[in-house]
Amino acid sequence: MDKEIKFSWQDIIKYGVIGGIVALYVVLIGMVVTFKERYIIAETVNLGQIALFSPTFILAYFAANNARKLKSLIYAIVVGALVGAIVGVFVAALLVLASHVNMREVFLNVSPELLKILHFGQESLKGASLVIVGLNLIVGLVGGLFALAPRRWSNALLVGAALVTLMGILQELMSITFGTKDWYKPLGEFIYAKKGLSWGGTILFFVLGMLFSLWRSSPGLHPGARVAKLPPKQQQGVRIVSFLLGLAILVWLPKFLGSYPSEILTTVGIYVIMGLGLNIVVGFAGLLDLGYVAFFAIGAYTVGILTTTGKLATVGWNFWMALPVAIFLATMAGVILGIPVLKMRGDYLAIVTLGFGEIIRILVLSDWLKPYIGGAQGILQIPKPEILGYEFKGPQQIYYLVLIGILLVGYIAWRLRDARVGRAWKAMREDEDVAEAMGIHLVSTKLMAFATGAAFAGLSGAIFAAKLGSIFPHSFNLIVSINVLSLIIVGGIGSLPGVVVGALILVGLPELLREFADYRMLFYGALLVAMMLVKPEGFVPEKTHARELREQPLEPEVAPEAPAREAL
Amino acid sequence: MAEKRHSEYILETIHVTKQFGGLVAVKDLSIQVPHQSIYSVIGPNGAGKTTFFNCITGFYKVTEGDILLDGESIAGLRPDIIVKKGISRTYQNIRLFQNLTALENVMVGHHPRMKAGWLGAVLNTPATRQEEAATRKLAMELLEFVGLKGVEHELATNLPYGMQRRLEIARALASEPKLLLLDEPTAGMNPSETEEMTAFIDNLRKEMGITVLLIEHDMRVVMSISDTITVLDYGEKIAEGKPEEVRANPRVIEAYLGRGAATQHEAKAA
Repeated sequence: MDKEIKFSWQDIIKYGVIGGIVALYVVLIGMVVTFKERYIIAETVNLGQIALFSPTFILAYFAANNARKLKSLIYAIVVGALVGAIVGVFVAALLVLASHVNMREVFLNVSPELLKILHFGQESLKGASLVIVGLNLIVGLVGGLFALAPRRWSNALLVGAALVTLMGILQELMSITFGTKDWYKPLGEFIYAKKGLSWGGTILFFVLGMLFSLWRSSPGLHPGARVAKLPPKQQQGVRIVSFLLGLAILVWLPKFLGSYPSEILTTVGIYVIMGLGLNIVVGFAGLLDLGYVAFFAIGAYTVGILTTTGKLATVGWNFWMALPVAIFLATMAGVILGIPVLKMRGDYLAIVTLGFGEIIRILVLSDWLKPYIGGAQGILQIPKPEILGYEFKGPQQIYYLVLIGILLVGYIAWRLRDARVGRAWKAMREDEDVAEAMGIHLVSTKLMAFATGAAFAGLSGAIFAAKLGSIFPHSFNLIVSINVLSLIIVGGIGSLPGVVVGALILVGLPELLREFADYRMLFYGALLVAMMLVKPEGFVPEKTHARELREQPLEPEVAPEAPAREAL
Repeated sequence: MAEKRHSEYILETIHVTKQFGGLVAVKDLSIQVPHQSIYSVIGPNGAGKTTFFNCITGFYKVTEGDILLDGESIAGLRPDIIVKKGISRTYQNIRLFQNLTALENVMVGHHPRMKAGWLGAVLNTPATRQEEAATRKLAMELLEFVGLKGVEHELATNLPYGMQRRLEIARALASEPKLLLLDEPTAGMNPSETEEMTAFIDNLRKEMGITVLLIEHDMRVVMSISDTITVLDYGEKIAEGKPEEVRANPRVIEAYLGRGAATQHEAKAA
């Protein structure tokens, strides 16, 4: 025992130093100052502080988790607190350094404002340093305790905290929403303070989040498990009812949320459609396509050219006539790209598709095509779609167009996944040679994947053009392809609900946090690295889904969490 | 599966040669496999057995010669066409679709016998539904036949070694083959597992009427179940015949044990 504790000194120092460096990084890139006005809980906790202290918490948690085998309460507390204190020393050292040297010459973000925040109201440098070390120590201690809590409870606490943070971030938007209608005004006033959540709102959402998580993880109450016990007829009934209920909420949502949040949801939805398409190519068929944005561009430009009433007006069709053409052309482009890359695998395929995406973008920008598609000036005056006198004019209306698109595309993807075609794709992903030896025609199966994915992107692009009313080449950068690929990975590769979750996190969240713009790529990078390390299967992995679909659970099955816990 | 036979032999290879650059992996190899027999191909490591399998299944194109399946030439056809015509195989180093369930693996095996396309799947037509249900049923039956009942929904990668071997056979059987190529089905098995597998292969022929072409290292397996054995060395056929004939053949002993052993054997016989 003695030996083990002695040995872990190294670990404590290691985790502390890592935490310290990350905390310094967060401070030096200016997150603490940028997010200081984003109050999560009124007058108490802002997002900058969360950014400052989360490295401490996470590393203290990991350090204590490693020591978990000892199962000693005191040990976890000591480890967590020590790690926290080391992180604190790093931040305090920055304060000391900044008071002697003018750090702004190198680090622009070490502003007087930052130093003032880091002083936490203390006058003297000594006092401030002590407070920083002390606060970090407490956070680390909590992180250590957290590692000791049973998995189910720590998960619940996390979900509660995440919900509070999310609702806090949403404050600005939701206050407007709550302000518009009389009957939920009091609710809004209860939940939100001037900035951030009120204490009442904080407790409400924390408890709600915890209860939800506990309900989901409780073996007796788990909704999926309970439904699975019902006779098939009733199971189907439950599914239909919950689907209709979900649909009703989705239909009602833009009316409740108002214009700006609907706009965000529409953008998220456009990415969901693309994600569902790329998920077929990458997730099902295992063909890494980095030029996916090309098909999105083809869909958007087709609608633009065929419907615009501006300078570049051609046939002046309406949206509904142009839509099938857009999807058709995108599909054809998918096949045309597919043919030369049939023999390529893995990295080679990625590079060629990457090139294809760039070719389309450069073509769009070129002088050669400028008379037809406007070059850098883009295509303007694309009319809004209209059906039976209903005009999809604003985000609240376009939202429905996107919703229909998602339902359609989601249905197709879901059908294909469990059909002969989907199995062929998955077999090809696992082992191309064997798939061929099992009678799968590689050429047609691959082309079908490319074509289906491209068709979805074409649809998405068409809606995108109609939504914006004007399109410019810079909307079709490589970064779009990367975003779509990232959201699939974060959601869980091959998983359909994962696409929605991934899009909400990677597209929705940055839209909500406008200050976030500068850190967007950082956030993506950090999230992807963290996902690969901690949860490589994504937030909503495909396999769990497959397990839920089982007709009857296997008797010898061990609870999936048990061995994982052992391993920790 | 009592189909009309067009030829006396289910499989016939006629002077098959496969060359990789300067290396001749299979040289002028002719074999004739009668219907519903168990035919083994043996030989030391690197004798060209697996290459020969790859030629038959279309994974390699033969350099010279022809391959006939029930009298019809299949040389030069793509692997997916050949499996449709009735040859399926397993691999020496198990090659399952690791992240698919056992059931899905077998259902993929039935792919060449299915028709449903993109549109059928999306519209969920009655024909597609029927086909899907029938495939599922067949796959379940095959899994039960190979003794994998109860693990249908496990991922292939999570199954123990012996089960993976049998799953691979079930997947091969799902394509309803006339001829099954097994590449060292008992590799890495302990004696009791090997015995079980031997009985299983014998059973395949008896119950399903399938012809088995077998590559095997374990002499006991080969000698106990084969009707005919062909011995390869350096890509060439050095002997062919019934187990007892092959066993006594000095060239075979030489290939396996070296020249000294062969002369000793001859001396003893004399």
